Amino acid sequence: MHALIQGIILGVLTAGVYALMASGQTLIFGIMKIVNMAQGALVILGAYLSYQLFTSFGIDPFLAIPITTVIMFMVGVAVQLVFLRPLHSDDRSQLSVLVTFAVALLVEGVMSVIWSTSDRSINTSYANASWTVLGYQITLVRLWAFLLSLLALALLYLLLNRTRFGRAVRASVQNPESARLLGVESERVAAIGFGLGAATAAAAGSMYGLLYPFNSGSHYDLISRLLSIVVLGGLGSIGGAVTGALIISVSSAVVASTISPSWSQMTFFVVLLLVLLVRPRGLFGAAVRGAI
Amino acid sequence: MRAPRGIGPARAAVFFGVLAVLPELDLAHWLLNMLVFTLMFAVMSSAWNLLGGFAGYPSLGHVAFFGIGAYAVVLWFQHHAIHNGYEPFLLLPLIGVGVAVVGLPVAAIAMRTRADVFAIVTITLLFVVQTLAFNLRGLTGGAQGASIAAAPFPSATYERPFYDVLLVLLAIAMGLTWAAMRSKVGLSLAAVRADEDKAAGIGVRVQAVKLLAFCVSVGLTAMVGAIWAYYQGFIYPQFAIDPLITVSIVLMTFLGGRATLWGPVIGAFILEMAQQYLAYSLGGSQFYLIGYALVFLVVMLLMPRGILPSIQEWLRRRRRRQVVDAPATPSGGLRTADTPLTPRRTAPHVKETRT
Repeated sequence: MHALIQGIILGVLTAGVYALMASGQTLIFGIMKIVNMAQGALVILGAYLSYQLFTSFGIDPFLAIPITTVIMFMVGVAVQLVFLRPLHSDDRSQLSVLVTFAVALLVEGVMSVIWSTSDRSINTSYANASWTVLGYQITLVRLWAFLLSLLALALLYLLLNRTRFGRAVRASVQNPESARLLGVESERVAAIGFGLGAATAAAAGSMYGLLYPFNSGSHYDLISRLLSIVVLGGLGSIGGAVTGALIISVSSAVVASTISPSWSQMTFFVVLLLVLLVRPRGLFGAAVRGAI
Repeated sequence: MRAPRGIGPARAAVFFGVLAVLPELDLAHWLLNMLVFTLMFAVMSSAWNLLGGFAGYPSLGHVAFFGIGAYAVVLWFQHHAIHNGYEPFLLLPLIGVGVAVVGLPVAAIAMRTRADVFAIVTITLLFVVQTLAFNLRGLTGGAQGASIAAAPFPSATYERPFYDVLLVLLAIAMGLTWAAMRSKVGLSLAAVRADEDKAAGIGVRVQAVKLLAFCVSVGLTAMVGAIWAYYQGFIYPQFAIDPLITVSIVLMTFLGGRATLWGPVIGAFILEMAQQYLAYSLGGSQFYLIGYALVFLVVMLLMPRGILPSIQEWLRRRRRRQVVDAPATPSGGLRTADTPLTPRRTAPHVKETRT
């Protein structure tokens, strides 16, 4: 029982970071109908950036987030402009999966040249601090990461629902043609959208780097988790991404704490397959089509 | 472009004739080794093409079945002795059929989704199988890997049996593709790719034809996996179920041309040879990955439809221009490209590309 509750606590706290990564992924899909296979690689790149800022300049990873998000926003815009915009629209969705996968490989290659392939971790002074509440351990870093992720998600929500850009994004998601007719510059929205997706990856990456050791190949593991989350929640729905992150993170943490850590990765694939068996569109796929 | 009668089979005869004779030329081992790997990828790309090219279901999880085939042969011969070295090859049909049967329920679930979601579901399948290979230590040896007895072939011609078997397998894969293209199955697959709902509406047996394509495709892939494992002698989960293999297969098919008979083979020959050469000259350095990704990106951006369809389009346009030009310029000279007389034909949605 203790292990179960400990697993749930851990799962919920971890879910925040995954929800942040997945929301960027699903935002990109919502705007451009592109499955971004490079999201995991961008997260790891974000982790490396904050690792570098921490080791070279002593900047705390949490404080480095504004810097890394700006850098990664520009990386994201560049990826969209250079690699994705030239694709023809007729087979864009198939090709984009491959192109973003190639981008992921490119990023992996660059990272392994710069930082080599050995494991890195960001060892802050507070890395191992934790509170014990009613006998349950709560790692401080995880709690902070969870709260910051919630903050970032709230900012993303406000951006999409309270600003002019957000309105343009939602219009593009709901009906790209009409949006274009009404004067939404779809290319610009797409570029900024991809930039935002990469920025969420950077923010999540800084926290990921604090929570886990990582190397240039870690993105395979991450992308498979992220894809499971967004497909589970329904592609294009941010609410779905958050729900998917909760389900997957909690179920794998519970399996890790009650059965064995080596099976935890398996859990979310099984959950995913079960959900798809019942609802091929994912949990929120059809119900809130166009809503984000 | 429809080739004149007789050209197709003649081309195939020349291609397979040359490949069959090649090993007789006393090639260096590294060259023959490269050809073995090239043939492996040619078979797998052709197999992938049946599903990803013709049916329009871009599977990213084929290497899961490659791995299953690899582990199947290794596990079988941990309990059975190898005498003359050909036993693993005799097991191949069984592995192919077995994996096709295993693939049936997987396909039934995965193919409830379309296009990009299908790609995602299949890639998660890849990681499921990889996790299983790591975790079922009692069966697979986990991260320590598993081994199969080395083939007792003379070292001078060690690659030959593998080469020959792969060549037969390639002939089978291409024969199946050819048969599919000439039959109702091919038309049904093209209908599924173009618009699955409409196809189902007018009575195409969508489900049956999709499942057939999936099972044949993964069965062939598993057979290659089995040959690969026997050839390597030692397998680890991260190499038997390597996402890069999937990516290579897909890339080769896209490079050569989807939904064509020769496209995947051409793609495999170009890319695998380039890859082996790059890996050979750049060694294990990480620049290799960057180079590979850049080639990948350039191909996708410059030739989204692949080499073969691009050439065919160019030939077709050129031929038509010559026909139109004939009365004005008796020599049949070419007009400059910037004054085309014929309106540029846009590619029909269901591309008829037979070569």
